[in-house]
Amino acid sequence: MTAARTGEVYRVDWLPGTDVLHGTCHCGAEHTAEDPVAMWAWMLAHPDGHDPRGNGS
Amino acid sequence: MPHTTAFARNQWYVAAHAHEVGRELLGRTVLGEPLVLYRTEEDGTAVALHDRCVHRRYPLSEAPTRLDGDRIVCGYHGFTYDTTGTCVYVPGQKRVPRTARVASYPVAERDSLVWVWIGDPALADPDAVPRARHLDSPGWVTVRGMEPIDCDYGLLVDNLLDLSHETYLHGGYIGTPEVAETPITTEVDEDAGIVRVGRHMADAECPPFYARSTGLAGRISRRQDIEYHAPCLYLLHSRIAPAGADGDDSRAFRTEITYAITPSADGRVYDFWAVSRDWATDDAEVTEFLRANNHTVVMQDVDALNLLQRSLGAERAGYQELSINIDTGGLAARRILARLAEEGDKPVEPVS
Ligand code: FES
Ligand SMILES: [Fe+2]
Ligand SMILES: [Zn+2]
Repeated sequence: MTAARTGEVYRVDWLPGTDVLHGTCHCGAEHTAEDPVAMWAWMLAHPDGHDPRGNGS
Repeated sequence: MPHTTAFARNQWYVAAHAHEVGRELLGRTVLGEPLVLYRTEEDGTAVALHDRCVHRRYPLSEAPTRLDGDRIVCGYHGFTYDTTGTCVYVPGQKRVPRTARVASYPVAERDSLVWVWIGDPALADPDAVPRARHLDSPGWVTVRGMEPIDCDYGLLVDNLLDLSHETYLHGGYIGTPEVAETPITTEVDEDAGIVRVGRHMADAECPPFYARSTGLAGRISRRQDIEYHAPCLYLLHSRIAPAGADGDDSRAFRTEITYAITPSADGRVYDFWAVSRDWATDDAEVTEFLRANNHTVVMQDVDALNLLQRSLGAERAGYQELSINIDTGGLAARRILARLAEEGDKPVEPVS
């Protein structure tokens, strides 16, 4: 019944000392934004605009 | 109704603290479904049945409805139901109509919480109930309560996922300036439906809630690690230690704050709360202090959310919100809830 844990974890770090959010998709793509709505919009667009080498922003 | 978060069916929900369910009939409404709960005489198993008699729909949780052994006798004309909801007696005649039964709900009692499954009973898996073992583990002491709030359950989820409100709404209790000032990290485990929000304060004021209970004077390091198992269970792992001694477990105090967020009806939610500790466990004064103090804190939220719901109700449709960094976890929770609600509404797939 519980969904299998495939380890798909999205992570958003609010960088200390800044207003910047730094997001990491489960695919490895990274992105920065200053607004959580924009951050989740980017995150959930996966795989659109997600470059696993970390140039997603 | 404004601000109504869709309900997620085919999920487990906390209907009661274990101690609330006994030989008195208890009425609770979960996801709009009226339930009557009680415990069997024979082995103490918790039972949840639909709280409306099939005859003229008298609420079975209301007097003079009563238990006769493990059977419920409707207080209006005496229809009598067994623990499966089957009607076993009607007055004045021998034949009990075949359709005379009330729905029974799957129940799982775990960690001193009574969970009910709302949805297709065939899909209920008791192993999927998220755990809160500290509530019922040796070496832990818990204070607890439940407050109904007249608000959309989404407002309570929002409230609990963003603890920056502690600084303002709960100043002088659990809030200090550092809570709102400290950046958070947010993690979403998509398939498990878990949102984690962490806030680690290296050097913070000790709020009265902890200063008076632990005796820590001076600055502290304070960690708040939220683990929200959508839709119902919210765990806040709290750890405080003298500032600079963060790595030293022998000087740390761990407190587990548990909430169960159970949607009752549109615009109404049950706020089950508990505070558990594994320190000063035999100090009754600390227990009473934490109970009274946390009740006050919960009531600050209850008052604020009642007010917020009323004021949202007076807004024109399509009002705007503005989210900032502190809302990162709350937004993630909203999205998971929307997904679970959608999945719960889907026609049931055949079980493989
Ligand atoms: S309404 Fe329950 S017996 Fe008539
Ligand atoms: Fe609060
Ligand atoms: Zn991605």
